[in-house]
Amino acid sequence: MASPIIELDNIRKTYNEGTPIAQEVLHGVSFTVHEGEFTALIGPSGSGKSTLLNILGLLEPATSGSYRLNGQEVTQASEADRTRARLATVGFVFQFHHLLPAFTVLENVLLPGLIRDRTYTPACRVEALRLLEAVGLSHAVSKKPNALSGGMQQRVAIARALILTPKLVLADEPTGNLDTQTAADIFALLRRFNQERGTAFVIVTHDPRLAARCDRQIRLVDGVIVEDLRGPSS
Amino acid sequence: MLKFERTLALRFLREGRMQTALIIGGTSIGVSLIIFITGVLTGVQADLVSRTLGTQAHVVVRPPDEVNHPQLLKDDGPVVFATVQARAQRLRSIDQWQYLAAELAALPEVAALAPTVSGPGFVLRGEVDKSITVVGIDPQPYNRVTKLNEKIVMGSLALNADDAIIGVELAKDLGVSLGDKIHLQTARSAGSAFTVRGVYDLGNREANRRFVYVNLRTGQAILDLTGGASSLDIAVKDVFAAAPIATALRQHTDQKVESWEETNHELFTALSNQTIMTRIVRSFVAIIVAIGITSVLVVSVVQKQKEIGILRAIGASRGDILRVFLLQGAVIGVVGAICGSIIGTGLMALGSRVLRAADGSALFQVHFSLQLYAGAALVALVFGLLAATVPARRAAALDPAQAIRV
Repeated sequence: MASPIIELDNIRKTYNEGTPIAQEVLHGVSFTVHEGEFTALIGPSGSGKSTLLNILGLLEPATSGSYRLNGQEVTQASEADRTRARLATVGFVFQFHHLLPAFTVLENVLLPGLIRDRTYTPACRVEALRLLEAVGLSHAVSKKPNALSGGMQQRVAIARALILTPKLVLADEPTGNLDTQTAADIFALLRRFNQERGTAFVIVTHDPRLAARCDRQIRLVDGVIVEDLRGPSS
Repeated sequence: MLKFERTLALRFLREGRMQTALIIGGTSIGVSLIIFITGVLTGVQADLVSRTLGTQAHVVVRPPDEVNHPQLLKDDGPVVFATVQARAQRLRSIDQWQYLAAELAALPEVAALAPTVSGPGFVLRGEVDKSITVVGIDPQPYNRVTKLNEKIVMGSLALNADDAIIGVELAKDLGVSLGDKIHLQTARSAGSAFTVRGVYDLGNREANRRFVYVNLRTGQAILDLTGGASSLDIAVKDVFAAAPIATALRQHTDQKVESWEETNHELFTALSNQTIMTRIVRSFVAIIVAIGITSVLVVSVVQKQKEIGILRAIGASRGDILRVFLLQGAVIGVVGAICGSIIGTGLMALGSRVLRAADGSALFQVHFSLQLYAGAALVALVFGLLAATVPARRAAALDPAQAIRV
């Protein structure tokens, strides 16, 4: 059995806590994701998926409950510790890819390495070129993101998320802004990296067809997990 | 060092090309104004001091005033006189002046030193007699201190035993010119005839009537001060540092040491006021530049909110983001300082050619001071960093989850 990468226990999140407009958006969410698992997080808009993904990615803290990331308790971790854990363990893919327009494709992919190593290391450069080749963008390394199509930009974002070989990649509707064929291609790419590298993925998606192709589907409704299905491939 | 921060800062600045160009332009103009104002002020003040002081030295060493000591100690206590008349100050030489001159001349802040004797006298020509001040000088060192040769309008600064140099007004009053004879005498000597070898113009009528320069030995003889020097005239390297240098020189001697600031108090006060006003103007320029940098960087933080969120999400710390924006402020400051120094130097060079004094001469001489440029660069760097503090802190405090959603 693979070791757990995400261990959530009774996670609650309240916005504007202690004020008259306080609102709890996650009501005691608990689940575990193991290394190499390919999980879809599904649910209607406003169900708390993005909030949950932000908590998983240490972008915002939970109000209560316990979160262990890669075996390390991070619920009460300081801002600096959460930043370090994020850099060491988590890769992000966003719906709108969020590349830095001032940097070339290669430099965008190298950014996490630059943050970690404070310089562009040869090893990172080799890995970045390898990943860009894997996502079919060897020809575009020197281009600026704005010169690429939406699908290509999302491929660059995937390469960036994987550059430091994280154990976990969190993807927030990575295909939400793409046409059906491109969405299928991107999904296949994520799946391929999951299988080749053993990286765990948690993917927020609205697309039931894509969700069905994941190892596991966690359905969130109004801040509560209402369904946790494991597919035939798991 | 700071490779990540440097890469990001430079890339952000390059990305907002127009904004960056405008703020660097603004900073450059600010720095150039500071350099221009400071350079012109220094030049104009140096020129003003030089014109006003005429042949006065920056620092003068004289024998101390003679004083009466009225308290007589008796066995049963001091006896104090009801009134004490001040003592008349006779012309005296500085005690052991050769040793003192050698000691002071060796000090690093002293540029030149010249012994002089000066005292009251009369000049006679036919039926005209004029009250003057006889100044005995050694032409070469005295010229290094006062640049008297630049004020010679006729003849030269060569002084043999029976030569004299007089001012244009005195020459006019006496009706003499080069080669003519005048008779010099003092209350203590019958004097003798002197040949006019040079005529000077100090730009001041009274001064042009007053001083008659003769050879040092001749001066010593007619002032009855054989082998003596009634003062040591000193030129210092930095004219505006004469007062502290005079204070420092007092450590070396018991003689009276006076700087030009002390002997020309009104001029010094006027110059000080001018300096204060200029300092206020420069401070306002620096503050305006800082506000400009702050506002541009605040806008930049708002524009780059999403990028900051992404960087935080992929592992950049608050400190990283803080340094990226501080560095942008520093880069704007330093580049602005370099461009501003070039523009300021050009303005100074142009100003020294175009701006003229009432007599048609250049209003000021350009002094290229490394200290001025280094100071301007330091001020720009510090103000750039300070100006960037607010936007940098704001950027660092951004919530990455919210910033990405923008």
